[in-house]
Amino acid sequence: MAELSGADILIETLCDLGVEVVFGYPGGAVLPIYDAMFRSQRIKHILVRHEQAATHAAEGYARSTGKPGVVLVTSGPGATNAVTGITDALMDSIPMVVITGQVPTALIGTDAFQEADTVGITRHCTKHNYLVKDPAILADVINEAFHIATSGRPGPVVVDIPKDVQVATARFTKGTGTPVATVHKTYRPQVKAEPTLIEQAMDMLAAAERPILYTGGGIINAGPGASQLLRELARITGAPVTSTLMGLGAFPASSDQWLGMLGMHGTYEANYAMNQADLILCLGARFDDRVTGRLDAFSPNSRKIHVDIDRSSINKNVRVDLPIVADVGRALEDMVRVYKSRRHPKPDLAEWWRRIKGWREVRSLDFPENKAEIMPQAAIRALWEATHRKSPIITTEVGQHQMWAAQHFGFEGPNKWLTSGGLGTMGYGLPAAIGAQIGNPGALVIDIAGEASIQMNIQELGTATQYRLPVKIFILNNQYMGMVRQWQELTYASRYAESYSDALPDFVKLAEAYGWKGICIEGPDQLESGIADMLAYDGPVMVDCRVAQLANCFPMIPSGAAHTDMLLQASEVSGEMDDSAKALV
Amino acid sequence: MHITQEIARPHTLAIMVDNEPGILARIAGLFTARGYNIESLTVSDVTQDQAVSRITIVTSASDHVMEQILAQLDRLVPVHSVTDLTALGAHVERELALIKVRGVGDHRVEALRLAEVYRARVIDATTSSFVFEVTGGREKIDTFIGLMREIGLIEVARTGIVAIARGNGS
Repeated sequence: MAELSGADILIETLCDLGVEVVFGYPGGAVLPIYDAMFRSQRIKHILVRHEQAATHAAEGYARSTGKPGVVLVTSGPGATNAVTGITDALMDSIPMVVITGQVPTALIGTDAFQEADTVGITRHCTKHNYLVKDPAILADVINEAFHIATSGRPGPVVVDIPKDVQVATARFTKGTGTPVATVHKTYRPQVKAEPTLIEQAMDMLAAAERPILYTGGGIINAGPGASQLLRELARITGAPVTSTLMGLGAFPASSDQWLGMLGMHGTYEANYAMNQADLILCLGARFDDRVTGRLDAFSPNSRKIHVDIDRSSINKNVRVDLPIVADVGRALEDMVRVYKSRRHPKPDLAEWWRRIKGWREVRSLDFPENKAEIMPQAAIRALWEATHRKSPIITTEVGQHQMWAAQHFGFEGPNKWLTSGGLGTMGYGLPAAIGAQIGNPGALVIDIAGEASIQMNIQELGTATQYRLPVKIFILNNQYMGMVRQWQELTYASRYAESYSDALPDFVKLAEAYGWKGICIEGPDQLESGIADMLAYDGPVMVDCRVAQLANCFPMIPSGAAHTDMLLQASEVSGEMDDSAKALV
Repeated sequence: MHITQEIARPHTLAIMVDNEPGILARIAGLFTARGYNIESLTVSDVTQDQAVSRITIVTSASDHVMEQILAQLDRLVPVHSVTDLTALGAHVERELALIKVRGVGDHRVEALRLAEVYRARVIDATTSSFVFEVTGGREKIDTFIGLMREIGLIEVARTGIVAIARGNGS
């Protein structure tokens, strides 16, 4: 039997697992792996400009294709730079395997050059992690890492490999990595729901007078089939559907039954329907604080059913009446089948829809007209108008632009909306767009950005140039860290501490310096043509869209307020809040 | 503004885990990362092949937090099982303590007399000191240490609680 080096075993195992793309950055402690990859020529490596971007690119790749994202970085700073993206993937349940180099085994613990305790540092920001000290077990560890990253509630897994383990040899026969899918000794996520719970849930849904389907990122993770099943469940029950930020696209925004996003910047109708519902069916969402608002006022009169693959998500923030631990895709399949087989008629929800119609008439996403300046919401709508037929993949950074995109860009299908929800990582959007474009070469990929966020991973312009990726960046430039400024306006009597974006670069020149096309849109009369120019260019484009500087993102439920305490416009905003309000995030 | 806390009750947990490097950091770290508290923690391998360790943790938490602690522990990859012995009901808890006491004359006699009552064994003695070994529930040990403090306590080493369910079930 042939012996291979640890590095070769790693590459062979990755190929066996069907890995096509690795996002990474070389360095001393991973040189044997890079050499093995170079010799094998079977894996496409995308060289980023900063390891954080490798992790976000892997997230973008994973979220848009459904396949796990793979990252390869060196020890020490390579690994620590990756930590933000690893944490991001943990919070948003993104399947990702991160391979980190480590100093040779004998040097571990000696404060060696570029040594960091990667396993220690990433212990609580991974779903699981490994330090591999023997090349003979490397193939099994890699197989297990992919299994853990992609099954159950997906998440990031780190495999730390010391340099001597990459060089040392061990027996390896191709394709013999132990398949771990069903036999792991401790890790066995429950994917199939108890049938009686599904029956109970469907009886409750059929009997409800004011039901609502509250959906989340779990549906996206469960694959495109789950989105189809959600549509079917909505069709046969006639129930309204809302979604978290992470779940947008699972249900088509063009549907009559779509209420829009819920939560802090959700629509009036979604939040009021949650508040007034008598039954909430939560599918793959986790009652996050951005969604619930003040807990003791959250949907006070409803019975709640919660389907989640992660038992620890159940009863964490909100107590539910019927918990169902299962993969939400499998549960939806059972629900649709059971609903039909129990011959539940389509409930008469006319009165419920009449009330929803009343809330819709508030038109909570309306924004003041402005002839002199571009309203950021109008820019998003113009972008949607010009691109939605191409079914684009939209990524975002974090802040006002992200919320406006979530509110005003209608998504029709899953895997088209990539955003940092749980961790809220500025700098996510550009590398995520790069990853999405790698995974979907023919797709139109647009990073909707803010002028502050985009600068957090601006170096990745070079990555897109190198791989000729026709990524578009659409910056809503209001010269403020807009969401910070908005909170300061609400909470701190408009004392704008450090939220002004001073010394901004000339984005057009910056784009050109990297070989991109740069476009500046200065006023409403240039908006349509600027977007058309962006779309007409066969290559990467950065658009600097100057928008109204002081526009705020509404509706808004202030931290710690109830769903019914929604602010619809700036005039309702008080100047200064008390300490207990200031302490809330 | 003031910070308020929920009412917590003590729970004794038995956690079976893979006996691998870093496992203790994983468990203990989960408690600190999520703001749960640990009153005592013991760990030792308990299977013939030394592959599985039993960790006994005494924590205090409200019912709601307790449910979270169990779920969070259960989803760690190397965790085989988590049992809340307190919720389970009948179980026995024991702790071992080594207690060093200074004493001459009457104090020595008194220390030995108390040790007998508490079934503490003398495992080291000099002309001016004893080391007692005592096992029992936490309260008994607390009481014994309290008494020794009056006599001339020098140093205490305690193992923390180990616990097991009563009856023939596992």
